[in-house]
Amino acid sequence: MDSHISIKDLNVYYGANQALKSVDLEIPRNQITAIIGPSGCGKSTLLKTLNRFHDLVDNTRVEGEVKFDDIDIYAPDVDVTEVRTKIGLIAQRPYLLPMSIFDNVAFGLRIHDMTNRREVKGHVEKYLKLAGLWDEVKDRLTQPATSLSIGQQQRLCLARGLAVEPEVLLGDEPTSALDPISAKNIEGSLKELKSQYTIVIVTHVLRQARRLADYVVFMYLGELVEAGPASKVLSSPKDPRTKAYLSGEM
Amino acid sequence: MKLSLAGSRSALRRIFSDKLAARSFLLAASLPLLLLLLMAAALLFRTLPIFQFVSPWEFLTGDLWRPSQGEFGLSTFISGTLWVTLLALILAVPPCIFASIFLVEYARRGTLRGILPAIDLLAGIPSVVYGVWGLLVVVPLVPRLGQFLRGVFGDLPFLTSSNPTGFSILAGGIVLAVMISPIIVSITVEVLRTVPQGVREAALAVGATRWQAIKHAVLPNALPGIIAAAVMGLSRAFGETLAVMMVVGNTPAIPRSVFDPGYPLTALIANNYGEMMSIPRYDAALMGAALLLLVVVIIFNVLSAMVLARLGQEVSS
Repeated sequence: MDSHISIKDLNVYYGANQALKSVDLEIPRNQITAIIGPSGCGKSTLLKTLNRFHDLVDNTRVEGEVKFDDIDIYAPDVDVTEVRTKIGLIAQRPYLLPMSIFDNVAFGLRIHDMTNRREVKGHVEKYLKLAGLWDEVKDRLTQPATSLSIGQQQRLCLARGLAVEPEVLLGDEPTSALDPISAKNIEGSLKELKSQYTIVIVTHVLRQARRLADYVVFMYLGELVEAGPASKVLSSPKDPRTKAYLSGEM
Repeated sequence: MKLSLAGSRSALRRIFSDKLAARSFLLAASLPLLLLLLMAAALLFRTLPIFQFVSPWEFLTGDLWRPSQGEFGLSTFISGTLWVTLLALILAVPPCIFASIFLVEYARRGTLRGILPAIDLLAGIPSVVYGVWGLLVVVPLVPRLGQFLRGVFGDLPFLTSSNPTGFSILAGGIVLAVMISPIIVSITVEVLRTVPQGVREAALAVGATRWQAIKHAVLPNALPGIIAAAVMGLSRAFGETLAVMMVVGNTPAIPRSVFDPGYPLTALIANNYGEMMSIPRYDAALMGAALLLLVVVIIFNVLSAMVLARLGQEVSS
């Protein structure tokens, strides 16, 4: 397997609580990996170690190794903003920046020193198209982003995340706040994007994992119980805990 | 089930006492508003006689204040108040915003929890203590600062004065700036904390630095609230009397420089209420000054309360 991110002996502590226990995981390149498991099992915690969002919270300690290609993203000489540029995140709910539709997408480009207006415009258009939003917003780019519907807002966040050209896209239950049609749109985009990006999503919807995932990771109580190709893990799980979860007994 | 008590005496009594309780609480709750209205009405009523003597326009813009000769112009005092208040805002607002940003965005939660009560404590110190501090510390420093500035820059507008003492609007402004800082910081901290974490993360997730996230995502969301915090500080500064009076010089002339003495409205009232009954219409003129203060402070407070309330609504929706 060609792994894009490789995690070794990862432990995460919130104060005295251990949220992740010695996790080892290889995340395959250009596939959709779904992290599943019951609430509080450490799915989101695992996801947030990948773009170093734990740095933002006091009293959180991350131990172990997270290698992105060959670089340990927790090494002291690594620039965290670069990590987050390469490994983008789509949040659970669309959080907009207080600016126009256009500027929401252009924001990431501008903070990374893209100053040529035509270039910025080209990128904004390209990624709005990739997120499937261009046709709906092309005539109202200067309007505030809050004027969009919530489904459109989430696709705008997707475009914003894509515009800085990451290699990995993380999604923390990216469709959980959306109506079924908007959710389907986002799922469609993710499927199209996987040829160019490595995608990791956290989901508590098993059917979504079945629809989307090439690779499935099952977590329980901070432990990684089972990981493997979706067809195997979802249809013939080895571990009894995975079986119990998949059959709805957990 | 049958309502066995319906129509009975004890049921009626309970309904009555419930209504009575509701009414009396309503009355208690509306008391402050009622008092405010009464105060405004009394001030207005006592002010009116002065307008038979000078027009409202003359009263506000005239620069002669000779009560014994029947001349009542408030403009020197209004300008004294404006100078001191403006100076206090200029000195207080930027450091307060930076302090709040540090506390909410950079400091550990424990630091914030330790410092906030200390800031609230500062707000509770009696103003005479600030006044004494100003008298002992700030006033002696002001002439030295003036000399230093003149030595470095020569004669500058607003910075050159013939006033040999430190009793000046600058001293008043500095003391006031310290006094209004707690309220500005505590409101700004609250406002920054209402900005959802997801908004910060939205910026950080595309590789923004902390400062970029603050500048582009947090501050634009918080701006109306920060302005409201400044206005709260402004109205506090506007009405502060004792501490300012002790350091500002109380000379009725329009200041030309921050090193000149000034004479704010509040100090005018506080210094003269004792003799106001002995000179005709003096009392009406002072009541007019008080009414002016009251109206301006109410306007500021209502405006900032409206902004803060709207901000709260946006966050909860």
